Amino acid sequence: MAEVVLNVNGGDNAVEVDPDSPLLYVLMDAYGLKGPKFGCGLAQCGACTVLMDGEPYRSCTLPVSEAKGKIVTLEGLGTMENPHPIQKAFIDEQALQCGFCISGPVLYGKAFIDKNPGASEAQIQEALGGLLCRCYAHPRMLKALVRYAKEVKA
Amino acid sequence: MSTGMTPDAITALSGEGYSRRNFFRSAGALIVSFSIAGSMEQASGQTASGFPTPTIPNNQVDSWIAIGGDDSVTAYAGKCDFGQGFRTVQHQLVAEELGVPLERVKMIICDTAMCPDQGVSSGSQGHPTQFGTGALRAALATAREALVRLASEQLGLPVDQLMVENGIVYSRADRTNNVSYGKLIGGKKINLTLNTRAVPKNPATYTVLGKSVPRYDVPPKATGEFEYVHNVRLPAMIHGKVVRPPAVGAKVVSVDESSVRTLPGNVKVIVRRDFVAVAADTQWEAMQAAEKLVVRWTAGDRLPDQQTLYANMRRMPSRDAYTVVADDVDEKLKAAAQTFKATYFHPFQMHGSLGTSCAVADVKGTGANTTATVWSASQGIYPQRDSLALILGTAKENIRCIFVEGSGCYGLNGADTVAYDAAVISQATGRAVRVQYSRKDEMTAAESFGPAYVIDLTAGVDAGGQMTAWNYESWTFNKGNRPNATTPGNIYSGGLLGFAAPAVNPTMTPTRPAAFNNNGNVASAYGTGCVGGSCGSTGNVQSERVLTRTIASPFYTGPLRSPNRLQNTFANESFIDEIAAALKVDPVVYRLRHLVDSRLIDVLNGAARGAKWDTRPSPKPGNAKTGVVTGRGIAIVLYEGNNGYGGLVAEVSVDQGSGKVTVTKLVCSNDSGPISNPDGLRAQLEGGALQGMSRAMYEEVKWDATSLTSVDWRRFPVFKFGDPLPVVESVLIDRPDQPHMGAGETIITVVAAAIANAIFDATGARIREVPFTPERVLATLAARA
Repeated sequence: MAEVVLNVNGGDNAVEVDPDSPLLYVLMDAYGLKGPKFGCGLAQCGACTVLMDGEPYRSCTLPVSEAKGKIVTLEGLGTMENPHPIQKAFIDEQALQCGFCISGPVLYGKAFIDKNPGASEAQIQEALGGLLCRCYAHPRMLKALVRYAKEVKA
Repeated sequence: MSTGMTPDAITALSGEGYSRRNFFRSAGALIVSFSIAGSMEQASGQTASGFPTPTIPNNQVDSWIAIGGDDSVTAYAGKCDFGQGFRTVQHQLVAEELGVPLERVKMIICDTAMCPDQGVSSGSQGHPTQFGTGALRAALATAREALVRLASEQLGLPVDQLMVENGIVYSRADRTNNVSYGKLIGGKKINLTLNTRAVPKNPATYTVLGKSVPRYDVPPKATGEFEYVHNVRLPAMIHGKVVRPPAVGAKVVSVDESSVRTLPGNVKVIVRRDFVAVAADTQWEAMQAAEKLVVRWTAGDRLPDQQTLYANMRRMPSRDAYTVVADDVDEKLKAAAQTFKATYFHPFQMHGSLGTSCAVADVKGTGANTTATVWSASQGIYPQRDSLALILGTAKENIRCIFVEGSGCYGLNGADTVAYDAAVISQATGRAVRVQYSRKDEMTAAESFGPAYVIDLTAGVDAGGQMTAWNYESWTFNKGNRPNATTPGNIYSGGLLGFAAPAVNPTMTPTRPAAFNNNGNVASAYGTGCVGGSCGSTGNVQSERVLTRTIASPFYTGPLRSPNRLQNTFANESFIDEIAAALKVDPVVYRLRHLVDSRLIDVLNGAARGAKWDTRPSPKPGNAKTGVVTGRGIAIVLYEGNNGYGGLVAEVSVDQGSGKVTVTKLVCSNDSGPISNPDGLRAQLEGGALQGMSRAMYEEVKWDATSLTSVDWRRFPVFKFGDPLPVVESVLIDRPDQPHMGAGETIITVVAAAIANAIFDATGARIREVPFTPERVLATLAARA
């Protein structure tokens, strides 16, 4: 066990953890976060996605000792009362069913669109390549992301 | 306690509201209702911890609905929501039927201690059940009628001169003459039995139902505030991890507990028959221990060879049953001007939930005093409770199962079996326990797969091309099913714990049906479905024989979105397409010649019109035998024989060099009676179309001599982001004058056939085996005439 200091959703917090533990379990259990989720533990699906300094990472395979910078999870973007524009786009498009995968499409989408304002649907699809959604809400998710891309450009 | 939890989770975790009575008290708003006196007496017998849990009588109105003196409305329902939006629809139903504002309605769903036992939330039965007699709508209509009668007495006006708006009963002539529900009830206690003949509102007059009310669960899910079962945390809770047999059917020889003794996290080892697990303080510590625990297992079962499976299924002992059997089928086939024959193959498939299954259990006490609270994402918390009674050795009244949504399940995934795991580990350790599977455990040692099928079809046509006989014979697998009070052995962990799955006993002669029941969509849409003099199907082919042979399965099997119906419809809807093509008749036109059900005809025409169907026989004239070609196909179904009409046109492009098929467009057409929430319905059709496409194009469970090899998303590929996404469109047919039907599985049922038919249209090659991988498509192209 070792003390690790992480900057999660805007605050520095020290936690006692096994440094080999993947970041996901630390976020779920030590920080009590619900945004990043365990889908496969193999970086194959994207349910555990977090942003580190604006870049998407699969937290299920990233040792906590290698986590650095500003970590932002789904709940770090906005709240139900005050959702981030990308979250609002998903809400307006009713762009999820069970919602278990949602960290992947939202955070990969955000990272890509923030760097590529006004990105096309095809470009966004490619940026999301490999992510899974087993309810297959893909068309609505892409619609939400295109809407967000238009907003970022404007 | 975080603020973003679902109402169910707040109720469940707060310790308040532990019983129905306490919930009412803590809500502070009491009360209505109606037969609350009875419930109070029942509740008073409870222990401080809330056990034994009360029985919620389904025939009492206050089991379903409570109206506070402050006009608050709480409804209780035993039909859950897995992300389809049925929680929202039930809100709409309560508001609509009772005549109260939507925002005043609070719903508690699927808690065995608080909600009426509605069995399993599956089979597209949410709508038909809650809108049918004897459930939520009937309870609401009974309550409204009683309240209007009370108002009639109080206001001194006959019932027909009253109207309800926003929970207030008004005189139609003078709106200043009114009284609210809350005031009407006051402190009175009215025993009210659910009246199955109470007259519900006419759907044509709906103002809340029929609107695209946004789902309640989307904002918390999109912002990470939603409480899934995976997020349930109890005080002093530990984490369990199961250690599953490496080979199918392997039994424990020995467990070396010393192999994990020095690991951190207060590791515990749990062994009960062939059930092996570890528990530790954190998830990560439990994972390490599960990996390092040394267990010796027997070699396990020898699995059937997958390469020759379909051929060998025909020779395996089977339990045989006719769905329909006309005695003149052979005669009609012999007399036919032309006969057709084809065989279709469908693999084992899995639910493949995105998140692995998870449950939390808190088992206390010993022997007959054992009590358990289980948080589960199961589709069937009521039968789960009943079967846990056998596993834990206590009465079912001592068990409370609380539904908390998980990752989408699409049927009997690992949700029930992981609840068993958590309960058994909690009982053994005396601690609250959370279990979440690894990806490999989920895919190989928890699932109840959708079974493989081999389906032979034969048909005869007369000189004019009209079908005169239809003969279906299939071979499929079974091991277990949903668990119930007597069958915990129906699912994986039940088996490890020593409960056997019911045997598949071979029959000497097939059983014959007493009535036509096409729940499995075994019979095609084109037969008459005549059994014992009454005919229940949608077509006009009288001479019809439909025989299913069920074999003991090497793997657990169970309901997977459109169970059996999807496999059967792939065969039936491909076969009629083959006949139409051979007779050089357009596939829509040929279907229409054999249909008598006007709603199925409308759905077929609706899909065709929506897709701007080009009426002509398949294959498409002028397509080259090389390069990339395009085509379209259609398929239809009356789901379960009586529960929702679906039609689909698929458009594809086929690269004949690589065998790669790209689905470019899917046009859905659906009629499930009155539409409750148009946007929610569209979402179901879209998701069903694309999930069906994934299953048709990618999904097949694989194994070697001893073990399942589909252990992760690389070895069980599915459609994912970045793969070419077709345009998906929906044609909604609203039928306010018809009963409510299901809509969650209509479209997924017809996708594989529509795509196969489109591939044929494009290439002239008929693919008869799912999934349509490039290798298989290439082989089919090479074999084409």
